[in-house]
Amino acid sequence: MVRRAVEGTEEPVVIRGLVRFLDERSGTAPFLKKALRYAFPDNWSFLLGEVALYAFVILVGTGIYLTLFFEPSTASTYYTGHYLPLRGHEMSVAYRSAVDLSFKVRAGLLMRQTHHWAADVFVASIVLHMLRIFFTGAFRKPRDLTYYLGLTMLILALLEGYLGYSLVDDLLSGMGLAIGYSVLMSIPVVGGNLALLLWGAPFPGKPDFESRMYVAHVFLFPILIATLLGLHLFLVAARHHTQFRESRRTTEKKVVGVPTFPGQAPRSLGLFFAVAAVLFLLGGLVQINPIWLWGPYHVAAGTNGAQPDWYLGWLIGALRLVPNFDVTIGHYTLVPNPFWGGALFPLLVFLFLYLSPWLERRLTGEYGFRNMLDRPRDAPWRTALGVALFTWVFIIFLAGASDRVFVSFGVSYEAQIWAYRVLVFVAPVVALLVTRKLCFALQQSERLGRIRKQAEAEARGELPQPE
Amino acid sequence: MRRAFAAVFVALVLPSAAGAQPGVGVKAKTGKGLYAAFCLSCHGVDGRGVSSTSHPPGVLDLRGLGPPLKRVGALAADFYLTTGYMPLADPYHQPRHTKSPFDNREIAALVAYVASLGKGPAVPRPQPQQGDLSRGLSLFTEHCAGCHQVVAEGGYVTNAVAPPLHQATPVQIAEAVRIGPYLMPRFPASQITDAQLNSIIAYVLWAKHPDDPGGWSIGRIGPVPEGLVAWLIAATALVACCLVIGRRYQQ
Ligand code: HEC
Ligand code: HEC
Ligand code: HEM
Repeated sequence: MVRRAVEGTEEPVVIRGLVRFLDERSGTAPFLKKALRYAFPDNWSFLLGEVALYAFVILVGTGIYLTLFFEPSTASTYYTGHYLPLRGHEMSVAYRSAVDLSFKVRAGLLMRQTHHWAADVFVASIVLHMLRIFFTGAFRKPRDLTYYLGLTMLILALLEGYLGYSLVDDLLSGMGLAIGYSVLMSIPVVGGNLALLLWGAPFPGKPDFESRMYVAHVFLFPILIATLLGLHLFLVAARHHTQFRESRRTTEKKVVGVPTFPGQAPRSLGLFFAVAAVLFLLGGLVQINPIWLWGPYHVAAGTNGAQPDWYLGWLIGALRLVPNFDVTIGHYTLVPNPFWGGALFPLLVFLFLYLSPWLERRLTGEYGFRNMLDRPRDAPWRTALGVALFTWVFIIFLAGASDRVFVSFGVSYEAQIWAYRVLVFVAPVVALLVTRKLCFALQQSERLGRIRKQAEAEARGELPQPE
Repeated sequence: MRRAFAAVFVALVLPSAAGAQPGVGVKAKTGKGLYAAFCLSCHGVDGRGVSSTSHPPGVLDLRGLGPPLKRVGALAADFYLTTGYMPLADPYHQPRHTKSPFDNREIAALVAYVASLGKGPAVPRPQPQQGDLSRGLSLFTEHCAGCHQVVAEGGYVTNAVAPPLHQATPVQIAEAVRIGPYLMPRFPASQITDAQLNSIIAYVLWAKHPDDPGGWSIGRIGPVPEGLVAWLIAATALVACCLVIGRRYQQ
């Protein structure tokens, strides 16, 4: 690929000085020069991935602050602080330290809430980023590897968020873990052993389980995500960004865009500040996971309407929608019910997403390199299948909140569940057909517009424009 | 929604069905007269209940239209009337907390009449100021949160709604615990003592306006509204930023 950044831009003295400083000590000037001249496509949708990146940065920053005060221990203690409703309650050290973090530690609550908002927004921006990649066909060779890394990071982020939510040992943590435990147990043949391996003993498990979650949450998963993120970004740069076919200047072989400096860097920095501002504003102004209201977890305790964070809502929805049945052989339960909604469903969704690049190659017979993006309408079948899949997941996601919809709006719960059970089959098919039609209609109207323009030009006696 | 429906229903149907306007045109101001006008059709003569087999089983497989009121006493009458649960519009619907169509004097007369039908418990006098908030939270989590949600915001239970408790008065809470209206279990003093009940009430009253930090409390029911804020406020704002910073697609 020919890399052609916009020529004639000179870096300011500071930057040149910095490059010289580094070069004299590392010999990396050619690389740095190249990096500074790297051409970024300036379409807005390419920034969604950056939002995810910056949310991750905020997560790590606030997370490190939390580790300074959070004590991951299930040892029993009594609350003696100033918050009256919890006075004298028996609770784990972990929960008490999270309550103290919220009430006593300077900026503790701000950091806790910002951390949690950042987790919610992190996953949201990954999903938006993924939708952009999917619907523009950016996952095709040579970027399929990049795409697999992205999907893997999404899975890791879901698990990482679940671990964070579970660490705190409040009422919702415990109830969420109980569901996770039952889903893991439900995996045929290996589930029971896996669950015992992780928890160390039947639910709620050994005290070691808390330290395992902690190590995974503050060390293992963040390091894994950061490593994959590095690889992901390296691969993006190595094969260069994709681009839309917006003008005749952009072709499969030629790259047009804004150079890192002075074009992209300040824009990106601006975006970082926007992400930080939104997250810290929410963290300071809007309550999230008020653990002091939930109280500590005890095995017998529970609350109505306990929910996971939104990014696991689709699994709760699936657990609700699957009718109540087990697969049994005699007295032996081979596949307990939670398996279908909690394990098989996400497996299918991710399987489809992982297989998409390969499936598309097989179905279209296009085995070559694809550096130009499609607009969604340009690939009606891909777009339609994608819309069908995400409609399916979204319907199931909505079903997860049906109890709250019932309490807030009075729509009968049973009616909702049955409506969703029908929609789960009908909506994806309708979405598929409508989307495909829409894509063709858009293509058609564009073609007509072009023909009309050409005819008008010819009528005026102008030369036909080359397409 | 349902509550509004029930209110409209009560307002429109009942007075005409009973041929009287409560609080204004009722001729019989006595408890017995009000009972005859508003309650008799379901609860029967002298509160014997109506167990007509011509009606399919209603709520809780209740046979007929209304249970007998012989031994429910002033306690149940006061609860069902002050919450506006009674007069019920439709015996197959869950009673909901609404404004009672009766004024205080009429309620007192009806309560006295129902109490006179047989021996039953009197209206309790809880003392929430003697309760302990912290004990209240544990007791509430143990006995009530499974249905009413831990901050008393309400929730779904099979075939019914466990209502939010923010409208309930201390007396109504005490009564509800002892009666167990509709699907709610009844908790006699052997399960929840009067002292414990005071603590539970103290907690429920506190939960109406918890004094806590953290900013705007978006419903106190956890992740569902949090997810809405994350998508509708945060993600939307950030996508808008991307649109401002980046360029739109141009042909
Ligand atoms: C449309 C029929 C209907 C009408 C009219 C009606 N009720 Fe009821 N009532 C019921 C049903 C059904 C229940 C059971 C509801 C429950 O368990 O929550 C009930 C329950 C009660 C109870 C509680 C009984 C117990 O076992 O604790 C009382 C007290 C009561 N009603 C009083 C009244 C009074 C007083 C009136 C008149 C103002 C009235 N009701 C009008 C149907 C009716
Ligand atoms: C099995 C679920 C369940 C449990 C447990 C339960 N409730 Fe209820 N509660 C209900 C339902 C359902 C209603 C609605 C009754 C009706 O509509 O007639 C209700 C109604 C009430 C009301 C009346 C609210 C209003 O304003 O309409 C109060 C007060 C109340 N409950 C308090 C409690 C307390 C305190 C506890 C714990 C000691 C408790 N409940 C335990 C299900 C439950
Ligand atoms: C992908 C990145 C991450 C996600 C999605 C994530 C998510 C979460 C969530 C949802 C919570 C619960 C917060 C609450 O109490 O309401 C949490 C807690 C916590 N996180 Fe993270 N986190 C991430 C990275 C990190 C990192 C990098 C660290 C530290 C190095 C960290 C440290 C902590 C600690 C100590 C807690 C418990 C303390 C508390 O919440 O009071 N996290 N995390």
